Amino acid sequence: MSGVYPKDFKYTKTHEWIKVTGNIGRVGLSNFAQDHLGEIVFVELPEVGAELKQGESFGVVESVKAVSDCYAPASGKVVRVNEKLVDSPELINSDPHGEGWLFEMELSDPSELDNLMDVEAYEKFEAEEEAAH
Amino acid sequence: MTGLKKTPLYDLHVKHGGRIIDFGGWALPVQYTSIIEEHRTTREKAGLFDVSHMGEFRVTGKDPLGFLQKAVTNDIAKADVGRCIYSPMCYPSGGCVDDLIVYRLGEKEYLVVVNAANAAKDFAWMTDILEGFPGTRLVDESDGTAELALQGPKAETILQKVTEVDLKAIGYYRVRDKVKVAGRTCMVSRTGYTGEDGFEIFSSPEDAPEIWEALMEAGRPEGLVPVGLGARDTLRFEASMPLYGQELDAERTPLEAGLERFVSLDKGDFIGREALVAQKERGLERKLVGFEMVGRGIPRHDYPILDAAGETEIGYVTSGSYAPTLDKNLGSGYVPVEMSGIGQKIHVGIRRRAVEAVVVRTPFYRRRRPTGA
Repeated sequence: MSGVYPKDFKYTKTHEWIKVTGNIGRVGLSNFAQDHLGEIVFVELPEVGAELKQGESFGVVESVKAVSDCYAPASGKVVRVNEKLVDSPELINSDPHGEGWLFEMELSDPSELDNLMDVEAYEKFEAEEEAAH
Repeated sequence: MTGLKKTPLYDLHVKHGGRIIDFGGWALPVQYTSIIEEHRTTREKAGLFDVSHMGEFRVTGKDPLGFLQKAVTNDIAKADVGRCIYSPMCYPSGGCVDDLIVYRLGEKEYLVVVNAANAAKDFAWMTDILEGFPGTRLVDESDGTAELALQGPKAETILQKVTEVDLKAIGYYRVRDKVKVAGRTCMVSRTGYTGEDGFEIFSSPEDAPEIWEALMEAGRPEGLVPVGLGARDTLRFEASMPLYGQELDAERTPLEAGLERFVSLDKGDFIGREALVAQKERGLERKLVGFEMVGRGIPRHDYPILDAAGETEIGYVTSGSYAPTLDKNLGSGYVPVEMSGIGQKIHVGIRRRAVEAVVVRTPFYRRRRPTGA
């Protein structure tokens, strides 16, 4: 799946991504996550103002068959959510790294990003997960 | 996924891109392309399902009718040769052992098709009942039987291309044995689990892959697609067809599940009859309803149902899903009878929040029958 994943994102083992611009991180689900979930029909996003901790569940995405928790890639305060997903959750399937973003957060500890995978590490991790499925 | 049972079509599922899951010990495809697409194509055109995991028992010998009348709740005496009858099968408590279809194939020959997950339990249960019917035989033919379901408005057109029997002569819930489909000997019934017109085709495991391929080939111009278990579940759910383990189980009776028309209390004795008569005389305490979400959220199996104020737990969700044809979030569940009226406001407990819902009429989806049919 080389080339699918943006090079300037960081990735979690639970298949979220974060793209950091200044002090703001935009968060979404990886292509691997959306592909394995199947068509997403419902999203429960955090509220603006919610304080999240790295690794903590911030909401769920639901496919036809399954409910899946999503985990914060970093700690901080939610400043904006992708309202388009309320009516069009399928954007996560069609454009997981772009239009299908979930929310933006103000990072409280940017050093936490060092715990995440860069694109090379994630592509390797994702390939291993794929083989295990 | 080692150690799983495979149907005779397993290699075809893999070849056609089926995403294989463990379904109660069976390796079966949950989807090929997309649950929603497969669902909608079955409603609008046609879908082909591998349901070879289902259990099949043949009943023959001295008194197959007497045996079946004792074992199940519906009146099997109503079945002339070539008729299929849906029925619950109950414990003495009135709770359900399973729900099944009885196919009458001859004067003293019946095939009983049961849920895959219950097949071993059902066979043991029915074997016990058989002790009261010396000379009657019950044979588990599940391993030697493959089953395909061809469902949707184009099903008849497609199947007709590969069989010489006039399918118009096989009416709803009718069965014809020893029919040639794609040159192979099959049993064909006009039954299914989708809410659409369609057929189920029973064959030997050896013949099943060729029948599957012949149907896919014949159905290409009509837009036939293979369909996995995901859409099988959303299709049956939209049509409000019960699923054992969700709407039905050992704790709930067919009366509570709204299946009274499949319970013949006046046919004579059967297992569970006393309990069901008593329950009917007492009046039901709870019953199965369908509901539509008003607030945001998807109800799921085992979520709590709360009252109109969203405060007190009054029941539980048996099935729930985004309904692809209706484009709504729907659920079914058990509630107290006094809260089961159409339009009743209820709530569903979703991740510790009470989300509003309203009781609606079922089935959620009913197909439009062709005029004149």
